Amino acid sequence: YSLPDLQEFVRASKAAMDVVSQLQGQFLDFTTSLYNEGFLDDQFVQLQKLQDESNPDFVIEVVSLFFEDSEKLLNNLATALQQHIVDYKQVDALVHQFKGSSSSIGAQRVKNACVAFRNYCEEKNVEGCVRCLQLVKHEYNLVKSRLDTLFKLEQQILAAGGSVPMIA
Amino acid sequence: MARDGVFSRWRRTDKFEGMSGLSPSDCHDVHVLAVDDSLVDRKVIERLLKITSCKVTAVDSGRRALQFLGLDEEKSSVGFDGLKVDLIITDYCMPGMTGYELLKKIKGSITFREVPVVIMSSENVLARIDSCLEEGAEDFIVKPVKLSDVERLKDYMFGEDPIQGEGKGVNKRKLREACEISSSPSSSPPSISSSSPLSSQSLSSTPSPRSSSPSSPSSLDSPTRRLKMTNCGT
Repeated sequence: YSLPDLQEFVRASKAAMDVVSQLQGQFLDFTTSLYNEGFLDDQFVQLQKLQDESNPDFVIEVVSLFFEDSEKLLNNLATALQQHIVDYKQVDALVHQFKGSSSSIGAQRVKNACVAFRNYCEEKNVEGCVRCLQLVKHEYNLVKSRLDTLFKLEQQILAAGGSVPMIA
Repeated sequence: MARDGVFSRWRRTDKFEGMSGLSPSDCHDVHVLAVDDSLVDRKVIERLLKITSCKVTAVDSGRRALQFLGLDEEKSSVGFDGLKVDLIITDYCMPGMTGYELLKKIKGSITFREVPVVIMSSENVLARIDSCLEEGAEDFIVKPVKLSDVERLKDYMFGEDPIQGEGKGVNKRKLREACEISSSPSSSPPSISSSSPLSSQSLSSTPSPRSSSPSSPSSLDSPTRRLKMTNCGT
């Protein structure tokens, strides 16, 4: 190898490492903000503990299931609240499910919105319930978009040849 | 949800003994039946159990669980006599048959009443916990379930002599309530690296030996302690 070849190699390697560390920095900042802003809680950390080389996509798989499940629940809730006579038991059961699944993946703000929703169910307050559904939907969309960004950052890091930093 | 149906699961467990991801060194052939109507929770509990070296059969209802065990009155027991289930872990709130009703059916069965049953619930209602423990549940886990919760369950699967053990549930609960000191009567399981007679009560991932009165926030090793630590709505 000539000296210019080696120099080019070093430059390219440095550039690649810079890209990786920049992405890793972005990832860490973004992750921290998710916890600080209450989008995610400790249960998300717990899920990441379950991911390893033998199950490298575990978190994405669980979260994808959560997204699928949530879309159905939101649709069913909208339908249930549009009924002429609202079946609050059914609404409550759906919200309970949503609360459970969001809690299981650590989607804290969604879970908290569900808790509030259940109170209105108990009071059989249809306007309150409709408002809560809007709030739950809003929180769900927020966390979904955040998580999509998070997963995208992970993919970018991996594609650049780096490893995804773990939050202890 | 055919893929979650009990029969496809059973066949998979039967045929593919190893199951991807299980480390052969931990093969105690511990088989856990997990029951939860939530797809998300089933996936999580299944992973939690596999990571603690258990074989898992996950079903989505109490009815399916009974079918799997051959206890469903409407379906004949299709040669399930040799079926070994070391632990049943079930959600409490499920449509159709609740976890509590499932618990009663299991405890009412001669074949399976010695199998420890653990209840999971997102609601930490004391009356609910009480009635489950009274009915013979081994333990009650407040959701969301964590790795430390499942590691604690290893006690029931490894540490118990299947011959002894009458009124295990009640005794364990009284033990826990009284002093939260581990005094597990059986010998510590040889295969668990962090175990010692004192610590077999609550195995967690931390390697440090446990004192007899675990009061650190991380040692959530009793239902009552779990109660204090969680602040679920209602």
